[in-house]
Amino acid sequence: MEPAFAVLVGLFFAGGIYLMLSRHIIRILLGVVLFGNAVNLLIFTNGRILREVPPVIGEGLDMPVGLVANPLPQALILTAIVISFSFFAFLLVLAYRAYQEIGTDDTDGMRIAEPVDDGLPPMGY
Amino acid sequence: MAATDVMVDKTAAMIAAPVTAADWLVIAPVLLPIMFGALLVMIRHSIRWHALIALGVLAAMIGANVLLLMRVLEVGPVSMTMGSWLPPFGISFTVDALGAAFSLTASVVALLCCASSVRDIDAAGRRYGFYPFLLLMMAGVSGAFLTGDMFNLYVWFEVFLISSFGLLILGSEKPQIDGATKYAVLNLVGTTLFLIATGYLYGTFGTLNMADLAVKAGQMGEVAPLMTLASLYLLAFGMKAAAFPVNFWLPASYHTPPVITGALFGGLLTKVGVYALLRTLVMIFAVERAVLSGVIGWVAVATMLVGALGALAQSDIRRISGFLVISGVGIMLAGIALGSVGGLSGAIFYALHSMLALSALYLLGGLMRQKGGSFSLHTLSGLYLASPLMTALAFIIALAVAGLPLGSGLWPKVMLVRASLEAGAWPLALAILASGFLATIALGRVFILAFWRNGIAGQPRLEAGKVSLTGYGAVSVLVIAILAMGLAPEPFIRVTTAAATGLLDSSAYVHAVFPAGGVQ
Amino acid sequence: MQTLIFRTAAPLLTGLMLLFSVFVLLRGHNEPGGGFTGGLIAASAFAILGIAFGVPAVRRALYFHPMAISGFGLFIAALAGLPSLDLGMPFLTGLWAAPSLFGMTVDLSTVMVFDVGVYLVVVGSITSIALALEDREHD
Repeated sequence: MEPAFAVLVGLFFAGGIYLMLSRHIIRILLGVVLFGNAVNLLIFTNGRILREVPPVIGEGLDMPVGLVANPLPQALILTAIVISFSFFAFLLVLAYRAYQEIGTDDTDGMRIAEPVDDGLPPMGY
Repeated sequence: MAATDVMVDKTAAMIAAPVTAADWLVIAPVLLPIMFGALLVMIRHSIRWHALIALGVLAAMIGANVLLLMRVLEVGPVSMTMGSWLPPFGISFTVDALGAAFSLTASVVALLCCASSVRDIDAAGRRYGFYPFLLLMMAGVSGAFLTGDMFNLYVWFEVFLISSFGLLILGSEKPQIDGATKYAVLNLVGTTLFLIATGYLYGTFGTLNMADLAVKAGQMGEVAPLMTLASLYLLAFGMKAAAFPVNFWLPASYHTPPVITGALFGGLLTKVGVYALLRTLVMIFAVERAVLSGVIGWVAVATMLVGALGALAQSDIRRISGFLVISGVGIMLAGIALGSVGGLSGAIFYALHSMLALSALYLLGGLMRQKGGSFSLHTLSGLYLASPLMTALAFIIALAVAGLPLGSGLWPKVMLVRASLEAGAWPLALAILASGFLATIALGRVFILAFWRNGIAGQPRLEAGKVSLTGYGAVSVLVIAILAMGLAPEPFIRVTTAAATGLLDSSAYVHAVFPAGGVQ
Repeated sequence: MQTLIFRTAAPLLTGLMLLFSVFVLLRGHNEPGGGFTGGLIAASAFAILGIAFGVPAVRRALYFHPMAISGFGLFIAALAGLPSLDLGMPFLTGLWAAPSLFGMTVDLSTVMVFDVGVYLVVVGSITSIALALEDREHD
């Protein structure tokens, strides 16, 4: 199971990085999401992949019965998902605002913050 | 399920020893800003109270940090593991001299920035949430300095990052949105790299506790997975710290928000990246750092020179400051590349100096704007005639940032140059001196044009604006701190040397987390 | 959305989902569920109400600003860690009390307070994002 997941994670990373190389903010954002999900899948694979055994300790027991997946990576993923979700929501709103204000989602056109070329600073007075 | 029905005997997994109130100091610098930040979010409409509460909380944070640093210097690293679970199962907060010194300096900078913001942040900015964002960002920054758990470090990174987004777009001017887009995307990629490394870290070691990691990584020796991990962390934190090939987000964004925000960011955020590099590469992956030291050294040289040359090419004071932040990061990286006590101690001292001096430089830019009406060297002039006091402050700050005598930048540079000559790394020594020289020219030009120059021919004299007293006050306090560091460096060197030895020999750190030898 | 069916069903759906979210929140202590999941369900309830009746109606119904709710959640979550200071235990140690109310034992714990805090943080922040995005659709 793990090799298949490793290949899948690799594909996710490749897709994410390919999209992030685009000039358009919206594609970059989609790339960032794909990239984040690749990481989540990577951590998930780290925590053992098993079928249908939830890592829940039954009533009256103090250990899970049999082999279960490690719940810690899943907790880590949950945290990472929450964070990347809120980041994505923020970035989406920001990109939309940027599109409204600057009038383009092409990063080559987003040079408002760069200094206008007003020549070299004075050499003396 | 009722509490009485629980049959699991948890005593073996719980901490039984009582925790004194003094141990709670470990989390006080994080808990205070979180709770009061939340309170400010709750009372978001009573903006009259925001600045007062924020000032009080930041002052209390300084108090807690001072007590914490004194305690750490007295008894060694202090640790507390949340929820009474035994480490490495519970999340530990572990504070050594390094974390406490960084946290204290950060809270001082934050208080002074907050004090100088009282006049500059208008009602709209307050209603938008400047002060809650400030407090939550400080919670994230302090949390990053004090935590003893890798994943928790990631969470604190995200906490201060998301608050910094809020601060960065405060006001929503066009350039701000443009700068924030670049800042947000690149920093998000950086933290994702951090998360990848942490995922692999957990897969490799099965633990995220830094003390546990330090022991286990030391036992493993030099193997391929650890090299991958160390390189990933170098890239991820290098991005945060704005080290050379991945530094371009900083000058693209730091000049867009109000100068107060620039001062906070330039002073604090890159140093969190440097701190994380010190923690991971020096303490946890010591063997791998030695292998990577050549790479780190060249990155350091490139960062120093790119930063200093960038500062020379700019004519906007805020952008000059941004490039000088980058140049300073290169100097700290030089210490990490060296890895000796002298080098690390110099790097830590330089980081503390840089927090104070670069914030002062940004705040000074704000004062110059208030007085002279512009950030640009093309139009700024005659500030010496308008305000001799500001000129004196600017002089000291320029000395400190360029690393000349009187200012706080001199001693760490001396330590670093000496350490690199001892290690035979003359390119590093040369680059430190060259970048100091270039920074001197860049700042000297600011000084000559903005202060010495007597007005510009054919251009009406700029109306001398009023400069707020709080602004002067904050910069003056920073300058006093810079002078103290420059004139009496011994106590600071003692702290930074303790921090550097604590990083190189982590046994005291490990002992604080696992007093009984621990779960190995 | 102005369809009659949706407008009639939305309040019922919202009420039901809010009730369910509280159930999930309380169930979360020992079984799957908890503050985060519950909070997401409650936030989707408000989002549905927003789609049906518009954002101002939801803001009126909530009375408090979503971010204020979120701040309150963060505040009580942090507060839940404090009682252990008095007992010489580390921050966030779970403490239990079982007072008897009307002949029934009610288990109260600081863990539950923390989870309620998480619930409120999630409800507040996700609702405010959802409302901001819904608001945007109309301009």
